[in-house]
Parts: sequence; structure tokens; C-alpha cells
Amino acid sequence: MSQQVLSANRLNDGLVVYLVADDTWSEDIEVSEVAGDEGSVNALLTRATQAVSDQKIVDLYLIEVAVVGGEIRPTKYREFIRATGPSVRADLSKQNYVPGADA
Amino acid sequence: MYMYDEIDQSLVDERVIQFRDQVNRRMTGELSEDEFKPLRLMNGVYLQLHAYMLRVAIPYGTLSSEQMRKLAWIAKKYDRNYGHFTTRQNLQFNWPKLEDLPDILAELASVQMHALQTSGNCIRNVTADQFAGVAADEVVDPRIYAEIIRQWSTLHPEFTYLPRKFKIAVTGSEIDRAAVRFHDIGLIAKRNGAGELGFEVIIGGGLGRTPFVGPTIRDFLPERHLLSYLEAALRVYNQLGRRDNMYKARIKIQVHETGAETFTEMVEAEWAQIRDTAVDLAAGEKQRIADFFRPPRYRASADAEAQLRLQLRDDRNFARWVETNVAPHKVTGYRIANISLKPIGGIPGDASSEQMDAVAALADRFSFSEIRVTHEQNLVLPHVRADDLYALWQTLKSYDLDTPNLGEISDMIACPGMDYCALANARSIPVAQQISERFADLDRQHNIGELKLKISGCINACGHHHAGHIGILGVDRKGEEYYQITLGGSGAEDASVGDIVGPAFPYDKVVDAVETLVDTYLDIRTDGERFLDTYRRVGKTPFKEALYGTD
Ligand code: SF4
Repeated sequence: MSQQVLSANRLNDGLVVYLVADDTWSEDIEVSEVAGDEGSVNALLTRATQAVSDQKIVDLYLIEVAVVGGEIRPTKYREFIRATGPSVRADLSKQNYVPGADA
Repeated sequence: MYMYDEIDQSLVDERVIQFRDQVNRRMTGELSEDEFKPLRLMNGVYLQLHAYMLRVAIPYGTLSSEQMRKLAWIAKKYDRNYGHFTTRQNLQFNWPKLEDLPDILAELASVQMHALQTSGNCIRNVTADQFAGVAADEVVDPRIYAEIIRQWSTLHPEFTYLPRKFKIAVTGSEIDRAAVRFHDIGLIAKRNGAGELGFEVIIGGGLGRTPFVGPTIRDFLPERHLLSYLEAALRVYNQLGRRDNMYKARIKIQVHETGAETFTEMVEAEWAQIRDTAVDLAAGEKQRIADFFRPPRYRASADAEAQLRLQLRDDRNFARWVETNVAPHKVTGYRIANISLKPIGGIPGDASSEQMDAVAALADRFSFSEIRVTHEQNLVLPHVRADDLYALWQTLKSYDLDTPNLGEISDMIACPGMDYCALANARSIPVAQQISERFADLDRQHNIGELKLKISGCINACGHHHAGHIGILGVDRKGEEYYQITLGGSGAEDASVGDIVGPAFPYDKVVDAVETLVDTYLDIRTDGERFLDTYRRVGKTPFKEALYGTD
């Protein structure tokens, strides 16, 4: 089975987030928890239901990733763009964007 | 400009209050996402690829400077300092927070703006010719009728839950700048032999999965019957509509499957029942609305034209901008100034807060505080004195808003594509940027002449690719971005749907393919032929051979 991480949008600001091992949600896919077999994928889903009922996140789904040289990379380009930001606005990328700096 | 009456204002104010309550109930969990989603969509709030997206209506593409300033302010305060003008004459904010959205809607309501009818299966915001009221070639200001239709449709109980979304466009001119043949209903105002005002009615055009150029179902509908006729058409649609199959639910499929003639008979039969009833607008009410669109008090100076001639002679760059971006105005001594939102290598349709503020200030100074938004993702100052053009252009330059490329290859339409859109198959914007850079040389573009290039990131065709002289459609090939090219489409009065030229190109080959097409055209064109004319004369073969070889 391919490796998966669990992704969603945060309810209050809509930003893309990933489930982390300590049950928090991070905008950074690099710290997300990777599941490699059916048991751990199901465990991710079970843990996420709490966040749904706590109104923390919406639209959750699993995405396929490859771990290359310690980096977690989505295999689909769409998910790569979700994880990093619009490819045409480096200044708004998840790595570079500083809230308030553009105002 | 149209000013809200009390009913309009209290409607939008109430919606803000309701939405604030709905957002609160969503945040506390009283509403589930399934319950909340239709409510947020009714207020123009989508959940996109990266975040929420708010689609703000700009009815018939007319904005005051005050409204533009408000959009700039919202972008700065609540978003990431820019907005995106779309092919629906809307503005999209890409990063609003759900918790801020009630405040944003309240800010919009304070300048008579809203996000109603920008989503859902209702009659969407009515679009119109961006040169409405000023075009030298127009019969009547189409915004009067767009506003009449807006008032009729906004609260019409029968038409809140149509089988699918429904788009209406109106123009008052034979030159079609509003793509009326690609709308569910398109209206062209005209005069009959007796000089009376009426409309040519076109039904069942559209882009998307199954594109159709809409057929004319009535050559001349007397103006006073506009609403009863529209109501009849909508009723027929509502009854026949395929609510069971999303892909067959648009009126274009009905008209196509029923046949335009039968469909017309059904509309006419329905209309016979309701014409001359209260559905139609009373003359007094029509006049009340028309009064809002009365022209400003023009004050052309006697030597405006002479002064402009001198400036054109002395400044070649200015002359080039005037040649491409400035259009004739119906009043002597005035011009229509197009502001390109397609700087070389830029993102089509994006404007920063600073640019929006600058355009608002220029509108105050030079254009009676009025601005227009075009479906080709540009802005317009509709009433500029000929002798003010030079000062206008100089300020535009300092905001990177002076690109002299209107109607040329780098003035392309591109939808947000996979950089922002959750439905996309491929990116549109970087393809647009690379084409723009490839053709950055303005002399080269100018030599190529009018060339409408349109790019969509998926078959929904928000980038109108079928209507492009060259159309580019992003498709997914086993997870890779590919681009299918169509040729010979047009969204103007000579409307047509483009033909697929051959197999799709990968991301890194599509710009070369476009260049090959353009070079082929330059080789074989005859004097005065646009790309589209050449294509229509010679057909697909020479272009196909240039792209794929002759075997
Ligand atoms: S055409 Fe497709 S990708 Fe482009 S904005 Fe529309 S839905 Fe999104």
C-alpha cells in the first residue's frame, strides 16, 4: 500500500492542514504523520473524526505521498500545489508568506 | 449609476445579519458542514484549493470609484492584498477567513455591493457590454435592461431553484463585446424598421463540456415585453429541465435535444398566456431605472482633439497605447480608455490593492468616478476627455497598468486553473505567463494583430477556450498536465466554437505549439487578415501539419 497522510481545510480560515502525530493540525506537510498500512490509515481517519466534530476542520481526505530523502512529497501535482501554495506566487507560498507583511 | 432603493439595501443588510448568525452557528457546531455549505454558497463563499474564496458580484460590470476603493481595502485588510477579475465580470478574493466573511459582506453592503447570485442554480449576475452607455456603435444602454432583469430575478420565487445555473448577457450594440451567443440567454438590443426598440433573443448558447453557439429564437421582441418573454422561457426551461443529470441540466442541452424550432414554439405558447399581464414592466418604472443610467455632464474642450494630435505626434509610446487601448466614444472630444490587466508575464485579471486604489483615483480625476470590468479581465475608464488621455497614461505607467496590448496575443483570458481552483485538471496561469513572455516584443504582437487566446484549466471552460481564436484546455493525462488546442473559436458577433487541432501537448511544449501556430498564420495570411480570418479561409490542415508533420 502507498503511503498516505490526512489532509483537510481548517474551518475558521480555510487553509490546508495535515494531521500530525500529536493530533494537532499543521499547515506544514513536513510534520504530518505518514501511514503506510491499512491499520494506520484507519487509525488516522478515526482520530480525525474528533477534529471534525470539534469544528476544527472540513473536507478531510487522504492523499498519497512519497517520502524522499526524509521529505514528504505529495505524488499528485494538485496536492503538491495545495501543500506549497500557488505556483505562480512564490511570495504567497506556505514557506514564504508572512501574514500581515503584505498589508 | 444605479443606486439602491430601500428594498435593495435592506435585502443586502438582512443577508449580512443572517450570514453572521449562520457563520456563528457553524463555528460552534450548531450547523454541520453539510447544512452550512448551501448557505455559504448563497453568499458567494466557496472552499477552493487553498482556502475560502469569495466571489463578489459587479452587476453588468459597472463600478464606482468608491466601490473599487472598498474592494482594495478589503483585499488589504482581510485578504492578501490583491483580487482577481473574472470572465463573469466578478471579483474573487482568494484568501478570506470564514470568521471575517460577515464583516467583509458588511463592508461590501456599505457601498451597495454583495455576493448574491454568484453561485448556485439561480439566475446569475447579468453581464453586459463594458462599453455600455458610451459605445459609439450602440442603440441603447444595455445596463438599463440588465438592471431590470436583476430586479426581476433576484427574488423571483419560481426561479430560485432552477435545474442549473442560468446566465444572461445583454448588449446594445451589433459589435458583441459581451459574448451574448455563449450565454443561456443573450439579448441584443436593436431597432426595427419603424424605429422601435426591441431585442434579438438568443437562447441556449454556452461553453463547458458541450459548447453551443446559441440560436436566435426571436428576431425582434418589442422592448416592453422583455420580462414576460424571459419569464416564459425560464418557465419552459424549469418544466423540461433535467434535474436528475447535471450534465444535461443546462438550457443549451434542452434546446439542442428539443430542437430550436420546437423550443421556440413552446416559449411562444407560454408567452401568449402571460404577455400583457403585470409581469411586464410599466413604462414609468422603466423610466425610473433608465434615469440612473443617464450620461454624466460631458464638457469637452474645443481644442481637445488638436491637443491629443500633438501628443500623439510627440510620444510614440503614448501613440501606441492609444492605438491599441483607446476606443471611440459616442461624444465628440471623449474616449473610452481600456486598462490592460495583462502586463507581460503577469497573472491575467489580477490587480493589487494599490492598483485598484490607483484606478479609483484616476476614475475620480478623469472618468466621472466610473469604472467598468470586462469579461476579458480588463478594466475600463469609460469617459475620458481626449486631452486627458496623456496624463491618464502617464499615471497608469507608474502602476504597471499601461500595457498596450488590448486584443493582441498577450491580452489573453486565463482562468485561475490549478493554482487556485479545486476543480482544475491543469494550471492555466503559468501557461499564460509563458506565452506572454514569448511574445513580449510589442512590435511582434502588433504585427500579429488581433488574436484572442483563451485558456481554461478544465472542461468547465471559465477561460472561454472554445471561443478563442486559439483556445487552450488543460487536461489530465495520468497525473500529468496536458493541453489540448482548439482553433477558430470566436466569442464576438461572428461567434463560433473552436475545432480541436490534434493530440494534446505536455506542459513544456504548449508554448512552442502556440508559436508554431502563429508563425504558420504569418506565413500564409493575406493582407488585412486576422488569425481567425486566415483560419476560416484555409481550415485546419496547414496548422495541423505545422504542429504534427504531414504523415
Ligand atoms: S475552467 Fe475549470 S479550472 Fe478553470 S476556473 Fe473554471 S472550474 Fe476552475
